[in-house]
Amino acid sequence: MTIKLGVPSKGRLMEKTFDWFGARGISLARTGSDREYAGKVDGIEGVELVLLSAGEIPRELSAGRIHLGVTGTDLVREKLGMWEQQVKELAPLGFGGADLILAVPACWVDVETLDDLDAVAAAFRKTHGFRLRIATKYHRLVREFLRDAGVADYQLVDSQGATEGTIKNLTAEAVADITSTGETLRANHLKILSDGLMLKSQATLFKSRKAPVDDGEKAILTRLIEQLGIES
Amino acid sequence: MADKAKIRARAADLRAGFEAAGATVAETSVLQPAEVLLDLYGEDIRGRAYVTSDALLGEQMLRPDFTVPVVQMHMAEGAEPARYTYSGEVFRRQEDDSSRANEYTQVGYEVFDRQNPAAADAEVFTLVRDAVAHLNLRAATGDIGLLAAAVAGLETTERRKAALARHLWRPRRFRALLDRFAKPTPSDSHRAKLAASSDPFAEAGPMIGLRGADEIEARIAAIKEDTTAEPISAVQVDLIDELLNVRETLPYALDRLRDIAVDMPAISGAVTRLEHRIRALSERGVDVEALEFEASYGRTSMEYYDGFVFGFYSDQRGDLPAVASGGRYDALTRVLGQGNEIPAVGGVIRPEVVLQLEGAV
Repeated sequence: MTIKLGVPSKGRLMEKTFDWFGARGISLARTGSDREYAGKVDGIEGVELVLLSAGEIPRELSAGRIHLGVTGTDLVREKLGMWEQQVKELAPLGFGGADLILAVPACWVDVETLDDLDAVAAAFRKTHGFRLRIATKYHRLVREFLRDAGVADYQLVDSQGATEGTIKNLTAEAVADITSTGETLRANHLKILSDGLMLKSQATLFKSRKAPVDDGEKAILTRLIEQLGIES
Repeated sequence: MADKAKIRARAADLRAGFEAAGATVAETSVLQPAEVLLDLYGEDIRGRAYVTSDALLGEQMLRPDFTVPVVQMHMAEGAEPARYTYSGEVFRRQEDDSSRANEYTQVGYEVFDRQNPAAADAEVFTLVRDAVAHLNLRAATGDIGLLAAAVAGLETTERRKAALARHLWRPRRFRALLDRFAKPTPSDSHRAKLAASSDPFAEAGPMIGLRGADEIEARIAAIKEDTTAEPISAVQVDLIDELLNVRETLPYALDRLRDIAVDMPAISGAVTRLEHRIRALSERGVDVEALEFEASYGRTSMEYYDGFVFGFYSDQRGDLPAVASGGRYDALTRVLGQGNEIPAVGGVIRPEVVLQLEGAV
């Protein structure tokens, strides 16, 4: 009878999550060696810490293998279809903030809006014989955003890292990626479209709607949520 | 699953009906090269079709419909005129609605015939109607060709007409463009500033990427032309709205469209085609006096229908998808025909839905 809490297994996201819970009287910590992914929880009974890659937390929540999980809203929306039916947002944690944006080369002086991008996409396809490429790892979010905006004649190419470099490397014409300060975009001579903000994301505590809970676990969850001072 | 067997048997019945009407059975592969479908529908199709891949063949798609492979087959080897029927499963992702089927059967009938498009439209419509006649369905019809003709006839630049024509199937984008083209370009807009700039590349930074300076300059020239273009007149915008709002039984719709054509002669050809279609439908025994016509019908479906469009719905079971649907797709044969084209029209029935309405499943 335990409540499983999934937390990113490394880096700033893990530390900030530990701090956030610590400030509310629940201490989370990794145990064993640096390389061992095991953890312990103090300050409340019946909660088990599960260390996971932030990218896997949405899937584990939707499969009901963890009851609670900390991950970015961007990842939940990208990876889970009909996400509201699978997880519930309990609390934004106030860190890990990033915007999913659409950016094009700064030298495209003729492009400022999605409307321009759509016009350029039509001309690009005519000139080059293939659809304008947008590099991203957020396929679903970008596709939905562009469909709603009525942008046509583009294609998404997968880029799991160094996405801003794809334009210079001639493997894409535009990028859709997460940025917090815009520094990397500017360094790579890119600019954000004025209406190209797709999603404002931050680290968020999610509750699985799929994980089975018995009466005992329900009581632990209630106690935990109360101690964290958040609305359930 | 017992249901599968019932569906297959019902599909076979329906296909036999189309064969009796003179169609040859066409078979197509479940796996289709993704490239063709992506080029046709754009990236949106990925949200609606299942894509898989193969180290040798690259991206493959589970067929989202039969029309594209049947057109390809016909364009490659078909004799004219031709009538095809088929039955089999199609696959559609349902990312936003798990209650909708992601795998279902379609039984279709497609006509490739140059002689008499109006008669072919009526032939497909009545064959489909007869197959589902016992279900007491409501028929909806429309004609994408009217709006296409109206756009082609607007008094504005070719570029603006092309931009509108490209978004016929995206009503929201179409509306936004039409609204923008109906007003003078605001002088403080980024386009006006760009058009007025003596050195547009002043703060551009280094040139990067595949899209070259020549392409950017060409677009700036296009923007300059556009900012000085006369706005599309309010009269013409109103006529487009009037056209899109036509929703009557066929004879009244025809009257309304004839009225609109007086001020918008560009649609006269399309109105005449509608008139011929009404006559052809009537000759085949369709009660055209009672048949609904909606000018904006079919604008949000997959973007290959470019003329007559139709669908059959159950008013008692609004939760069910269209029992049958179809339309004319002349332009698709041009795109897939590699230099050849032929007028084509077709329709599909969903046997699962037929069975549900018959109370059999």
